[in-house]
Amino acid sequence: MTKRRKRGLEAEPAAGNGILSRRIFLERALIGGAAGVTATGALAEPLAVAPWSKTPGAPFNAYGTPSHFESKVVRTWAAPANPATPGVGSSRTPHHLLDGMITPSGLHYERSHSGVPDIDPDQHRLLIHGLVRQPLVFTLEDLSRYPRTSRIAFLECAGNSGALYNAQAQPLDVQAIHGLLSCSDWTGVKLSTLLDEAGVDPRAKWVLAEGADASGMSRSFPLAKAMDDALICLYQNGERVRPSNGYPVRLLLPGFEGNMNVKWLRRLKVIEAPIMTKDETSKYTILLKEEKAWQFVFPIEVKSIITHPSPGLTLKGPGFYEISGLAWSGNGRIRQVEVSADGGKSFAPAVLQEPVLPKALTRFRAAWQWNGGPAVLQSRATDDAGMVQPSRAQFVAERGLRGNYHYNAIASWQIEASGEAKNVFA
Amino acid sequence: MCLLDRFAVGSAILLAATAFAMAADEPKFGRPVTQQDIAAWDISIGPDGAGLPPGKGTVAQGETVYAAKCQACHGEKAAGRPNDRLVGGMGSLAPDKGPPVKTVGSYWPYATTLFDYVRRAMPWDRPKSLSDEEVYAVAAYILYLNGVIGQDDVIDAQSLPKVKMPNREGFTPFPRWPR
Repeated sequence: MTKRRKRGLEAEPAAGNGILSRRIFLERALIGGAAGVTATGALAEPLAVAPWSKTPGAPFNAYGTPSHFESKVVRTWAAPANPATPGVGSSRTPHHLLDGMITPSGLHYERSHSGVPDIDPDQHRLLIHGLVRQPLVFTLEDLSRYPRTSRIAFLECAGNSGALYNAQAQPLDVQAIHGLLSCSDWTGVKLSTLLDEAGVDPRAKWVLAEGADASGMSRSFPLAKAMDDALICLYQNGERVRPSNGYPVRLLLPGFEGNMNVKWLRRLKVIEAPIMTKDETSKYTILLKEEKAWQFVFPIEVKSIITHPSPGLTLKGPGFYEISGLAWSGNGRIRQVEVSADGGKSFAPAVLQEPVLPKALTRFRAAWQWNGGPAVLQSRATDDAGMVQPSRAQFVAERGLRGNYHYNAIASWQIEASGEAKNVFA
Repeated sequence: MCLLDRFAVGSAILLAATAFAMAADEPKFGRPVTQQDIAAWDISIGPDGAGLPPGKGTVAQGETVYAAKCQACHGEKAAGRPNDRLVGGMGSLAPDKGPPVKTVGSYWPYATTLFDYVRRAMPWDRPKSLSDEEVYAVAAYILYLNGVIGQDDVIDAQSLPKVKMPNREGFTPFPRWPR
């Protein structure tokens, strides 16, 4: 027997300034009353049969690309400080123009320290050596013969949201502030399988990972991580890893800051103590309020951002809007995301879009009735380790504003009367 | 099915399982290599100096190398622009000193990192092109400009790890991991 619902069910307020109950997503409730969606009157013009419905379409093509109408959905990057070193820097994912939890491979953020190398997979080698019983080298063909595993995992550059370390809010959009964040389905061989084959010495505690790029990007990471969930990735979203993401093979350390997931991986050295490479001393360390700096800040701590609405996505007058965004934690699964439309005075829980996976982006959605007045939108995530995303005030109180990296405080979009969204500190 | 039959079937299954177990290869596809095979790749230098090659360099030699191969990006006397500044900023990490200036001298905790990084990644347009002697020399020059070593000091595998960097004690492990 079908259960019938009453048409025009009242949308229930759940928090201040128009945040509605998430029941809208959970039940097939039609919104009426306060959130009235009008469905009266006829169209100004009757529906016409479009030209593309009256002529055959294009033939097949070998590798598909997005519709040419979507040409604005692209990565962006800042001009390099030195025009002579163009491959140094990063490009950013346009989260305001995407939905779901997976980032298309062609829009995955890029960070390279010395450009993207053009690696011939037949000539590429992966070396495992150091404190092992038997040093081993692997061709790509060798690696392809092992049993594989897949997992969905986010990558976030340690410098993502670094613009929010400024004392004043900058007029930037979600891509410019939070675009060094992406999520893919990664497939490859468990690093523990290869380390077991090489035979790890009991004295070993760390592993150095090194890329085959011109900068020889290198990072030390704990052996415990290598034996836990580290993956030697060959595939990204079902196809070979893209060149700017480490073709033909990259390291994945789920939940750890982006640069540790070494791309173009050519060498793993099992060691007793960290090497203290340039990128684990002079960079990717967090200078605190006092003179000391945090070192070895590995997991990305719990964080969320609102992608819709956000700067550039202007609201078209008062009415119903979906607030949606992304939440993630390098320490596990997202347990809850709450949203606020009154700058954090009141929050209500958002719906988490399934699947909710550990160390992956989780899409959240909430319903909002904008009354056309002032509003400040925020989201606050909690992970299954029990960690709650801090307010900006809490974040700054702990570490100050000199850290550059791992900014994870609650972010705010102010909605102007014009419907435009603006980055603010609230 | 009588007991004997059951036993026979059971034994057959057991035998088959054993045969499969013995026939199965564990996937092991790594190719053994020797230390000689990998010498050109084994370039990381630990903070204790492990991995440093033979050779040495002086401040004067380093000044020549620097002017020819580093200065275009890192500026005269390593003062920076257009790329990273490598010198100065001493004391700027204190909370009341304005924006921190992080350089080799003010921030880097280990001098060995300088050798490791310059050899693998610099100069930007021709990485891995400097000889070990040139890397020692340019490291000596940058350390000298920072006032960390004297003008006549020689940098080699023994002296480099002993250089006491001003910010050696400036780091503390992140407190919330491992949990």
